[in-house]
Amino acid sequence: MKRIVIIGNGISGITAARHIRKHSDDAITVISAETDHFFSRTALMYIYMGHMKYEHTKPYEDFFWGKNRIDLVRDYVENVDFSSKKLQLRNHQPLEYDVLILAVGSKPNKFGWSGQDLEAVQGLYSYQDLESMEKYSPTTKHAVIVGGGLIGIEMGEMFHTRDIHVTFIVREKSFWNNVLPAEESEMVNRQIRKKGMTLMLESELEKILDDGNGRASGVITKEGEQIDCQFVGLTVGVSPNIDFLKATELELNRGIKVNEYFETNQPDVYAIGDCAEFHEAPAGDRKPIEQVWYTGRMHGETLAQTICGNKTAYKPGIWFNSAKFIDLEYQVYGQIGSKPDEENEEHFYWEHKDGAKSIRLVFHKKDKTLKGVNVMGVRYRHEVCDKMIRDKWPMKKVFQELDKANFDPEFFKHYEGELRKMYNNRYADEPLKIKSKKRFGIFNF
Amino acid sequence: MKKLKAVHKAGLIIFLIGFGFFMSMFFIGEYHITKEVLQNQLGEDRYEKTAPHFQEMISTTYSSQFTFVSDIKEVFSKINDSIQSRYRIEEGVAEKLAAEASGNVYKQELIGNYYQSNDEISSWKKDKFLSYTDWMQDKKFDSEEALASQLRSSINDINSEIVRSKGYEDANVKNHTTSITKASDKSHVASNPWLWLLLSIILPISGALMYMLPRLKTTDAGIKNDHIYHRSLTSRGWLGIFLGTFLILFYIVLYWYPEYMTTWVLMLDPLSMMLSGNPASRWFLYGFLYTLAILTMGVRMIIKYRHSPYQMARTVSVMFFQLSFAFLIPEILVRLNQPYMDLKNIWPLNYDFFFDYKLNEMITAGTIGIFMLGWGIALIIIAVPLFTYLYGKRWYCSWVCGCGGLAETAGDPYRQLSDKSLKAWKFERISVHSVLVFAVVMTIAVLYSYFTESQTLAGINTYSIRSVYGFAIGSIFAGVIGTGFYPLMGNRVWCRFGCPLAAYIGIIQRFKSKFRITTNGGQCISCGNCSTYCEMGIDVRWYAQRGQNIIRASCVGCGVCSSVCPRGVLNLENKDENGRFNQPILTGNDSFGVTS
Repeated sequence: MKRIVIIGNGISGITAARHIRKHSDDAITVISAETDHFFSRTALMYIYMGHMKYEHTKPYEDFFWGKNRIDLVRDYVENVDFSSKKLQLRNHQPLEYDVLILAVGSKPNKFGWSGQDLEAVQGLYSYQDLESMEKYSPTTKHAVIVGGGLIGIEMGEMFHTRDIHVTFIVREKSFWNNVLPAEESEMVNRQIRKKGMTLMLESELEKILDDGNGRASGVITKEGEQIDCQFVGLTVGVSPNIDFLKATELELNRGIKVNEYFETNQPDVYAIGDCAEFHEAPAGDRKPIEQVWYTGRMHGETLAQTICGNKTAYKPGIWFNSAKFIDLEYQVYGQIGSKPDEENEEHFYWEHKDGAKSIRLVFHKKDKTLKGVNVMGVRYRHEVCDKMIRDKWPMKKVFQELDKANFDPEFFKHYEGELRKMYNNRYADEPLKIKSKKRFGIFNF
Repeated sequence: MKKLKAVHKAGLIIFLIGFGFFMSMFFIGEYHITKEVLQNQLGEDRYEKTAPHFQEMISTTYSSQFTFVSDIKEVFSKINDSIQSRYRIEEGVAEKLAAEASGNVYKQELIGNYYQSNDEISSWKKDKFLSYTDWMQDKKFDSEEALASQLRSSINDINSEIVRSKGYEDANVKNHTTSITKASDKSHVASNPWLWLLLSIILPISGALMYMLPRLKTTDAGIKNDHIYHRSLTSRGWLGIFLGTFLILFYIVLYWYPEYMTTWVLMLDPLSMMLSGNPASRWFLYGFLYTLAILTMGVRMIIKYRHSPYQMARTVSVMFFQLSFAFLIPEILVRLNQPYMDLKNIWPLNYDFFFDYKLNEMITAGTIGIFMLGWGIALIIIAVPLFTYLYGKRWYCSWVCGCGGLAETAGDPYRQLSDKSLKAWKFERISVHSVLVFAVVMTIAVLYSYFTESQTLAGINTYSIRSVYGFAIGSIFAGVIGTGFYPLMGNRVWCRFGCPLAAYIGIIQRFKSKFRITTNGGQCISCGNCSTYCEMGIDVRWYAQRGQNIIRASCVGCGVCSSVCPRGVLNLENKDENGRFNQPILTGNDSFGVTS
């Protein structure tokens, strides 16, 4: 029986623990300094907004861990001795391991701005960050959020529910347009402005001002504009949380270097989730560091296979992701670039006249197969999109079968017809046979 | 925008003022009992006998219903005392009769000899004596004392029957007190019922609408659960506890102390006369308030979920069924001299459907009555399995049912308070299926009595089984706990833990239905919104995060899990039964399902 120790009780570490337990009888210990139990990091915003309490964000009831013989240790790992396979903990006795899984996550980026360590200057990643936001909220009338990404807009939505005015300072021309195509990104801009938030595009943070008591009192942008505020959100991405490993023989770069089996350069030591950096990106369209809930989960389940004797390489498959920009749901399947590649791609983009729903289908020009799907305000079925892309469905078949991809609830209006019209206009010589299937809510047998 | 916010706030104030008027009616009554009222309520005959007892009340005007009601009850108890003393078989009779019996053999002639006079009281005593001692005829006792003792026990039985047959039993006292109180109300409400309807019902509803409607403009469509856990009303804080207590008290008064809510009932007399041609009863009051609650809070529900056609359609449906099927049609049936029936209420939720008086009422009501009987049975044996197969439990529980209608509208603000723990699920399964078994056993017993005319089944009085069911399940569980606990345990306490029909439909949904909630590949982020807002306490996330279809007996298909999901993971679907009980699969490594 191996002693498996996992540092970090986020989605990667916990998924690994659960899957190892499914396949083996090894002793499993999970160490976390953050919380006693696994909770959903993505739900922190809902606690702040009063949709849920902390206990609702725990995916498993507290008895689950004892029942599945997963030992939970609430402590901070000071240091790892890889040669003697031993962990130094802040409050507990040293812990020995046979297998160590590093799932230590990330920390918000700070790029050396003046004032970045003042009070009320923070990102949003951990439970402690949430507590800190709570602490400063009552004395905040205006919050500046630096960065145009997913955490930034979450923070904005959070403050909005407390009637705290929000100003975004975004370097790009349009919100999250390093990921979203122009139209979708514009949709997010509109969403932000509709809520009465201030969106400063093509603007950068220069420094954060001190109120004299060590708390932020405003920011100055590179353009020289001063904005008074009582809180500064730094949401310019995250980076692996590996400072405590820096003095060790573990190979690090931005993250912990791993191969496709999550093996580090130390024997029986693996790294998964936000903190892992692949020697080579796991696929042509992927990055060496993946900091997404879903990839963390896949890392965990894949590594569990290897540890339990079924050596499995990480092959992430077709990319997918989702988010919600205040009221606007977003899903992506496959690869959708932020800038349309006119030479190699053919786009079909439909947008509802209310400006809050869109469907984008992107095809490879050369073989007319599906490359990716982007939907805003519409839900698509993962299984179907994944299959269409993986099995390289030809364009015509995709349009013909597009209804199957829709995952909106019953009684919702469907818009696949609009896309088929678009196809028929573009390919008038061999149009689709559109069977108009009458459907009304649940009354379709 | 500012103006709308002012309207929103003013709405709350107007609602509270209107609610104040409604509550004030509890205290502003003015009561004066008259001879005519008593003659009407008790009948000429009985009135003659009891008039002297009421004399003092007739000359008094009361300004509080509490003293009025307690004085009436006092009078009834005096009447009972006086009847008791007149009809009572006095001490020593047993011994006298025993002494006269020759050879300790009992003969009924002894009674005839003892009561020779033919006045009403003596003949009553004699009749009772004869019937209670019928079985003793010619029986030889060991001693005079043994005979006397047997007679004493018969006399006790007779004496304890006096109030039941000659006086006013508790239930009777309650009914008379209620109707006398209502008829004696001389307050402003009695003379101006429409005005009070305006002040205490229309006004607060207008306030509520003013409070809700501005949200169409002040908020954007989409899920807005902000501050639900910051507000005391929706997070079991003091306001929630206060509201729960109020609702519980309301139900206690409604079921067991209706004599204190007569002013409210009185106010509705004209409306009830318009609909059914009869004066209002407390049940009319209840139905009226219940319907208004569903309609008003239904408007709120539609505003809140206006981004979701599914939620809007469902809400309009429960509003329609409540207003027409549950409220108006039964009243109109009464007006047409047909049996009162809510045509969408299905046994065993409608637990008195097979009670003798109901059956007789339907059977004697001609074609319509027979249709009702057939309709009711068809709902149980055809509609429930068929529709549940096609659409799942939701076709009834969250689209049609009245209990569900209230839960989905008035109860929506409290859906998050249901217990999601595994323990609660275990308790639920035992509890709801026990009630189903109880309902079935009770109905079998009642039908047995109906067809065989025997009062007992397996040694148990069927009438008492049915009373226990009505009291424990019908009143306490469905009413007091079911609705009173909304702000404490969520809006589906009754549906989840107690409703026998939900249990029945649930079994079909679990084993034979096209309905399931599908999860969307690997998109779940385990945030917990779905589980939190599941009114039935299903831990939806448990399934979603492992990619397993949600097929639970208790799921009423409200669709709120799908609505609140921030990542578009959940969808209610009726599909081919194949693959319904899928292996939990997430889209994981290499795009292939990894069993999770």
